[in-house]
Amino acid sequence: MVKDLSVNLCGKSLRNPVVPASGTFGFGLELADSFDLNVLGGISLKGSTREARYGNPVPRIAEAPGGMLNAVGLQNPGIDVLVNSKVPALRKIYSGCIIANISGFSVEEYRECCAKADACEGIDIIEVNISCPNVHNGGMAFGTHPDAAAEVTKAVREVCSHKPVFIKLSPNVTDIVAIARACEDAGADGLTLVNTFLGMRIDIARRKPILANTTGGYSGAAIFPIALRMVYQVAHACQIPVMGCGGVASARDVLEMMMAGATAVQVGAENLRNPFACPEIIEALPLEMERLGIQDIKEIIKTV
Amino acid sequence: MEKQLYTIAENRLVAADTYRLVLSGKGKVDGEFVHLEIPGFYLRRPLSVCDSEEGRFTLLYKTVGEGTRVLATLPEGSRLSVLTGLGKGFDASACSHSALLVGGGLGAAPLYLLAKELKKQGKKVTVVLGFNKADEIVLANEFKALCDGFALATLDGSVGVKGFVTDAIREMAGQAGHDVEYDYFYTCGPMIMMKVVCQALEGPGEASLEERMGCGAGFCYGCSVQTANGPRRVCKDGPVFKKEEILW
Repeated sequence: MVKDLSVNLCGKSLRNPVVPASGTFGFGLELADSFDLNVLGGISLKGSTREARYGNPVPRIAEAPGGMLNAVGLQNPGIDVLVNSKVPALRKIYSGCIIANISGFSVEEYRECCAKADACEGIDIIEVNISCPNVHNGGMAFGTHPDAAAEVTKAVREVCSHKPVFIKLSPNVTDIVAIARACEDAGADGLTLVNTFLGMRIDIARRKPILANTTGGYSGAAIFPIALRMVYQVAHACQIPVMGCGGVASARDVLEMMMAGATAVQVGAENLRNPFACPEIIEALPLEMERLGIQDIKEIIKTV
Repeated sequence: MEKQLYTIAENRLVAADTYRLVLSGKGKVDGEFVHLEIPGFYLRRPLSVCDSEEGRFTLLYKTVGEGTRVLATLPEGSRLSVLTGLGKGFDASACSHSALLVGGGLGAAPLYLLAKELKKQGKKVTVVLGFNKADEIVLANEFKALCDGFALATLDGSVGVKGFVTDAIREMAGQAGHDVEYDYFYTCGPMIMMKVVCQALEGPGEASLEERMGCGAGFCYGCSVQTANGPRRVCKDGPVFKKEEILW
C-alpha cells in the first residue's frame, strides 16, 4: 500500500498536504521535542509583525461548542527575530516547507516585513495575513474589502521576487470570492482560507465577556463545513492554488478539503486540543486513501 | 510532553464541590500539571498534580464550570486522554534549609507534591493553608503528617485562625515567640492571596499562576502574561514564577 502523498505548491514540493496553521504551532521549535517535525508537509509559523508585540491581555482563550475562541492578538517577537533567529533554528531541524506568516497595520508594514521574509533563505512561502480578527486598525481591515486586499497584495508582490506569496483570507465577509479574485488579479500566487470567524462568549455568572478583548476568532471542528464551502467557491473561481483551512481534524477532513479544491490543507485549532493531531492525521492518510481507492493524493484535488 | 490514556481509579467528593481524581496508567507522571480531555468539550482542562507515584497520580478539582461538572460524573474505570510533562514547577532546590508553603483553597494541591520533595531533600517544611470555611478544607491531615509545622486559617473562623493565611502566619509567630523560620517560600492560590503573600513575606519565594489555557504546551501563546522579564507563557515558562518576576 504505497501511496503518493506529495503535492506541489507553486513549484514547492511538499511530502504531504498537511500543514499546521499559523498561530497554532508556534515557530515549530516549541514542538520539536514532542515528535519529528519532518513528517509535516509544511509549517506555517506564528504571524509576525514589524515590531515585537505582546498582544491582547488575558484571558485570550474561551471554550465554544465544537471549537474555541482565541484573541491572542498577534503576540510575536517581530520580523527581525523571525528571520534572524526562529527560521534558521527551525531550518536546522526541519527540511520541509517553511511558511512565514506576515501581518501588519499598514501597507508599508506589510511590504517591509515581506521584503525581509523574501530575503530570508530558510523561508519557502510567504503567507500574508489580511484576516486577523483580533487586532484593531489592521489585519482583517485589509481583508474585508477587495480594493484594500488588492492593494496589500500588489505592494507585497513587488517586494517578493524570490518566493511565492499566499494571501490568507478572512471568512468574515459577504463575498469571499470577490476578495479572492481581487488578490489573484493583483498578483497573488496562492490563497489560504479561511482564518477564524469573529465570535464572542459571555461568562453569565460574572455578566462579562470571557475574553479580555471581548471578541475573538472562532475556530475548530464546528467551522469545517463553512470553510469547506468557501474553499470550494474560491477554488472554482480562481486559477491559483488554495491552502484549505478551518476545522480540519482528521485524514477524512483533509481529503474532503482537497476534493473541494485545496492543494494543501492546514490544521489549526485541532493542534491545541491534540498537539499530535498533524502526525496522527498524516499517519492515517494512506489507510483512508486505501479505503477510498486513491493512489495519488494529487488526483483528488478539485474533483468535486 | 506525552499523550496517554489513563484510567480513573477514583473520582470522589472530598470537600465542598471538591473532587479527588486518581488516574492510573503507565509510568510516573512528571510535570507541574496535566491537561485533561473531558468528553464533550473542545479544549483540555489543566489541573495541578497533587501527588504522583509509579503507575498513578492524584489531582484535586473544584466543580466551577461545565467541564469540571461533567468530569465529576465520570465513573471509575473511564478512560481519559491526558497530556503529561507540562509546565515548569516549584524549584525545591531554591530552598536551603527551611521552606514556608502558603496555599489558598485548591492551591494546596501542588504544594503537597512540593512538600514531599522538600522533605525528601531533608528540609524543614512549614505549611499554612487558608480556606473560606471548614467544609472546603483539603489535605490538612496529609500535610500535618508530613510537615514540621502546620496552621490553618478560615475566613469564617470555623476552623483554625479566623482570617487570611497572613493572619495564621502572624499567629504562628506569636505562639512561637519568633518569626516563622524559612529561607524560601512557595505559594499557590487565588491571585489576590498570592499578591498579599509575596508582598508580606520577606526573602525570596515563588508563586504559581493560573490562566485560561489553549494548548497547555507553549505553542499557542494563549496564556501569555506580562512579567518583569517580558511576556511569559503561564503553561510553559510557568506556571511557577519567582516573586520578583510577577507584575501584580
